[in-house]
Amino acid sequence: MRIFDPHIHMTSRTTDDYERMYAAGVRAIVEPAFWLGQPRTSPGTFADYFDGLLGWEPYRAAQFGIVHHCTIALNPKESNDPRLRPVLDLLPRYLAKDRVVAVGEVGYDDVTPAEDEALARQLELAAEHGLPVLVHTPHRDKAAGTRRTLDVVRESGLPPERVLIDHLNEMTVGMVAESGCWMGFSVYPDTKMDEDRMVAILKDYGSDRMLVNSAADWGRSDPLKTRAVADAMLSSGFSDAEVETVLWDNPVAFYAQSGRLDLSDVKPGDTYAGNSIQRGAPRDR
Amino acid sequence: MSTTHDPGPALSLGLGEEAARWLADAAGRIGADPRALASLFPAAGRVCGRGPVAAMPGWTVDQAVRVELLRALPLTGADLGETLFDLYTHGDAAERLAVLKGLPALEEDRGLGDAGLPVVRDALRTNDARLVRAALGPYGARHLPDHSYRQAILKCVFIGVPLAEVSGLDTRADEELARMMADFAQERLLAGREVPADIWPVVERYPSLLTKVRALLAEGDPHAAAGSDAPRDLA
Repeated sequence: MRIFDPHIHMTSRTTDDYERMYAAGVRAIVEPAFWLGQPRTSPGTFADYFDGLLGWEPYRAAQFGIVHHCTIALNPKESNDPRLRPVLDLLPRYLAKDRVVAVGEVGYDDVTPAEDEALARQLELAAEHGLPVLVHTPHRDKAAGTRRTLDVVRESGLPPERVLIDHLNEMTVGMVAESGCWMGFSVYPDTKMDEDRMVAILKDYGSDRMLVNSAADWGRSDPLKTRAVADAMLSSGFSDAEVETVLWDNPVAFYAQSGRLDLSDVKPGDTYAGNSIQRGAPRDR
Repeated sequence: MSTTHDPGPALSLGLGEEAARWLADAAGRIGADPRALASLFPAAGRVCGRGPVAAMPGWTVDQAVRVELLRALPLTGADLGETLFDLYTHGDAAERLAVLKGLPALEEDRGLGDAGLPVVRDALRTNDARLVRAALGPYGARHLPDHSYRQAILKCVFIGVPLAEVSGLDTRADEELARMMADFAQERLLAGREVPADIWPVVERYPSLLTKVRALLAEGDPHAAAGSDAPRDLA
């Protein structure tokens, strides 16, 4: 099984995680630029962070057989700090880089005028740089925030097939399905979405334009949740091909729209037969 | 501008027609305004490719094309050094590698002098073996002060960059570097860990330094005996 995690913050994870992810079948990941738990106070720390996403982190991932790309943006939460506005001026330089496969994470957190402005500017930058967009949806007042996000995306004129709306749940999946945008689901140990609810949504909505991610970061999260969803799909009757669609083909198709997704170093996954044995036996670690 | 650019590089790099045209045009734009480099430099791999260059072993097309873009800069000396450092600082790993690999050519053609050293020093502070190795090319080997050069070589041993791939050892490996390596070997032997084989040619130039290491091996420490790659004549 080959797995592509389209949203994971490896900067916050250890080499043990990389080893376990490889063993579970993860061969490619995208690390979106986001906030780091501790708010930053100057644009310089963003430049260092972006450099890490383009330099050290892909190098670290490669040591463990995993191909790393990233998305670059000023995240919604920190766009509310006026000291960080100059980050928007740094972006064009970083959006020109080879391993940047989207603008993101952009979107809303508190839904403020500053967030409106940062989102609109970054949607323009995506159009200028020919990049797709990864859009975060808010944790609080999610349905209203997602509806507003879809309105702004529509007004921006970006084609919906170049936009991925992330962190969806039962409340928000329907409106995004109608919009024509891609649908992202973050599967967490006990919030956002779990693997059984994910399977239920896939049964209702099909696998078209559906992406599943672990969104693992510095909070309580699990970088193997992509694999857990694959296993849950197989146990509930989905075919190997459908699993491959959701966990490999869809993220590849979405990010390949950047023209910069380079998977030539991806190592082969283990066999399906091997997986069925592994599922029945205790994990050897 | 583009018509005045020397077509030689495109030919020797084996570029296709479109890539060659892009390079000539890009070099012309950079010659007219160095600020154009910020967006052209990262695009080189996407436009021209990243495969090996037949005529230049150890080089990829994107690296060689990026060095051509650097050579198009209408700058010399300290001004050139500043532009290189800015480009390197905002570069991804592939761009940083190209800046490092371009330093010898810029030294020759553009009077770079010591002005490329800030880039070399930054690369030597990283833990990325590719950058450390490139920093110890001919330019770094010529310009780094003794202490920095020795520390850089020892760092290579630590992070697994083969010493055969770095420049300057023939002329710059001195007794102090040999002492540092002998101490390193001793530390590894006491810990029961392997000693990389490529340090011995440096240490052997100064036989007096071998005494302690030899004594350790003679004690018949099972770790040392099992883990060491020391040459046969030491045991």
